[in-house]
Amino acid sequence: MTASVFFGCTFIAFGPAIALFLFTIAREPLRVIFLIAGAFFWLVSLLLSSLVWFISVQISNKESAVQQKGLLIFGVVLSVLLQETFRFAYYKLLKKANEGLLTLSQEETMPISIRQLAYVSGLGFGFMSGAFSVVNILADSVGPGTVGIHGDSQHYFLSSAFMTMAIILLHMFWGVVFFDACEKSRWWAVAAVVISHLVVSCLTFQNPEYVASLIPTYVILFVMGIWAFYSAGGSFRNLKLCLTCKDKDFLLSNHRSR
Amino acid sequence: MCVSSKTNGETAAPLSSLDHMTCRSADRRLPGCVFISSFSFLRVDSVGTMSASDSEDDFYNERTALVPAENPAVPSYRPDLDSTPTEDSPPLRPKPGVSGRAAPGSLDSSGGEGGGGGGSDQEADDEELTLKYGAKHVIMLFIPVTLCMVVVVTTIKSVSFYTEKTNQQLIYTPFTENTTSVGRRLLNSVLNTIIMISVIVVMTIFLVVLYKYRCYKFIHGWLILSSLMLLFWFSFMYLAEVFKTYNMAVDYVTVSVLIWNFGAVGMICIHWKGPLQLQQAYLILISALMALVFIKYLPEWSAWVILGAISVYDLVAVLSPKGPLRMLVETAQERNEPIFPALIYSSAMMWTVGMASPTDAPHSQHHSDEEAEQSVRGAEPESRQPRTFPEELEEDRGVKLGLGDFIFYSVLVGKAAATGGDWNTTLACFVAILIGLCLTLLLLAIFKKALPALPISITFGLIFYFSTDFLVQPFMDNLAAHQFYI
Repeated sequence: MTASVFFGCTFIAFGPAIALFLFTIAREPLRVIFLIAGAFFWLVSLLLSSLVWFISVQISNKESAVQQKGLLIFGVVLSVLLQETFRFAYYKLLKKANEGLLTLSQEETMPISIRQLAYVSGLGFGFMSGAFSVVNILADSVGPGTVGIHGDSQHYFLSSAFMTMAIILLHMFWGVVFFDACEKSRWWAVAAVVISHLVVSCLTFQNPEYVASLIPTYVILFVMGIWAFYSAGGSFRNLKLCLTCKDKDFLLSNHRSR
Repeated sequence: MCVSSKTNGETAAPLSSLDHMTCRSADRRLPGCVFISSFSFLRVDSVGTMSASDSEDDFYNERTALVPAENPAVPSYRPDLDSTPTEDSPPLRPKPGVSGRAAPGSLDSSGGEGGGGGGSDQEADDEELTLKYGAKHVIMLFIPVTLCMVVVVTTIKSVSFYTEKTNQQLIYTPFTENTTSVGRRLLNSVLNTIIMISVIVVMTIFLVVLYKYRCYKFIHGWLILSSLMLLFWFSFMYLAEVFKTYNMAVDYVTVSVLIWNFGAVGMICIHWKGPLQLQQAYLILISALMALVFIKYLPEWSAWVILGAISVYDLVAVLSPKGPLRMLVETAQERNEPIFPALIYSSAMMWTVGMASPTDAPHSQHHSDEEAEQSVRGAEPESRQPRTFPEELEEDRGVKLGLGDFIFYSVLVGKAAATGGDWNTTLACFVAILIGLCLTLLLLAIFKKALPALPISITFGLIFYFSTDFLVQPFMDNLAAHQFYI
């Protein structure tokens, strides 16, 4: 049973992300590199926020559980803000790199567009965030053990997996919307992304009431998904054409010579 | 017996191994033989051309001298990466390190001197292609490095032998770390590091001297002995431990047949000819084996200090004017010989880019490289159309990375996986090393000369290991306990 829980939760958590990676990113070396760079940036943001949290814990009263929980909440909020800051920093770095490459190559077209970079960097953030949240839990789910033996929830693994999937996809959508908003200087959209990230993280404070945390998270996921779809240039008409296989541009651009 | 793995550079110097020929096998004093002298550096001959060699291998010198170069030197400015001039893969090329005297474009599928002259025309094109193919080369190194790390981490997590505490230590790290006081332990690990690094320095200088005075046969013999040891003895040990872990009873006849086949095919692939992918697989496997030996037999703190010290040494040895590795590279360049082909991982890939030529009707510039690449993958491109065209073709010979780099990257990640059951630290080190490698390759493309591959990656890896272990881990543990998500 433990093996099935492990595989099930792994595929729930990482299935969509790995599918996206395999179908859209794995073949392009440049995208893979930017994905890993995005993951690195997320990691650095986490490092900084844990440093601050660690220092605050060291100088606080370690006995008081309330204080520790308060510090943890502060750590979560700080981490979210730092993640978004690093997303912005990554955006700036990519813009500069793209401009540099453009002048270097004297070509009109860049090898990778800013929209692709938004998608790839969002997914990179998502991969790393999801991995750090859930890998230890998955490793524990293999071993012998009983879930919730002290009266905690029985659905710990499953809810973690679903939450992780939502977070990964959310990071990807946030990336797309964020970069698009920065390109068009729509700062209200940037603020909306930051606020929705905060909302999602704060919803998890209600765990283990999973109904209260997972369902709003998925609602936000769908809303962000639709927003990202529109900001990436999608439209209802495009969708119809694509689904009925009448989109000539899509078919042509995906034609691979055998 | 000396552990000499050709590829790892770790391989013991044949001399020292002979000295230690006392029957270690009886009590499995394997560590005594392990001699590590690994240093690696990336070389770039031209834009995007990179070759990293493990200087550990004196063997390489020997080999390159023995094997006739099949392809002339590649032109220097194109993003062609010379493939390892090992005998293994048919598309051999002489060490690309030599500044390419553009060989007249012999459209040899293996060598592809590439349009030495053609590339210079389209600078703009070059830059764009350089970026694309630079990225391709980075991925061509990411994949084997990742595979090696995956092998090491899965072994560490499943086979407990490699994480068991043992009192055996390598003879190169004689000071024990079983002391109670922190200061004493630190001192012992620093002393161990000093001894290890000086052994490596001595071996490197010995290697350079041998190479300078053309003692190729000696180096060759050393190389063969090293790889014999690694392919047969270490893999036998590994197999035995895997069987023990999974409690499988296997008879000696089966095991001997398996090991014999594995080792014999490995020797042929590495030292002579063989399919490129098989050769790459063997190089990855022996790097992983060597890394596992290090993880087991290096004491805790010594391992970390050694990792730090060896990246500093790598930096010095490759970049300083009197550094042994630099002298090695320059000597090889003067003699127009490849350096250490046997201990380098090469990912020779060939593609052709049709340079704009009016007669080149069927091949558009943007399609030819993709098509050629597809057709070339794994197959000998003798039948490729472009060869008959008068246009100049660029061939990408792949990138090279020294096996010592593989080993030390895997040691870092393996140690992160071994100490504490925490996967976050392992992941963080993995990402850090990949980013370091990416930055190193970027610098390589900018500076276009031999660069050490260890310093940036190991520095990032060490920073992320310690910070994740001490700072991030408590934070994430607390978050997971409450099921908070960030």
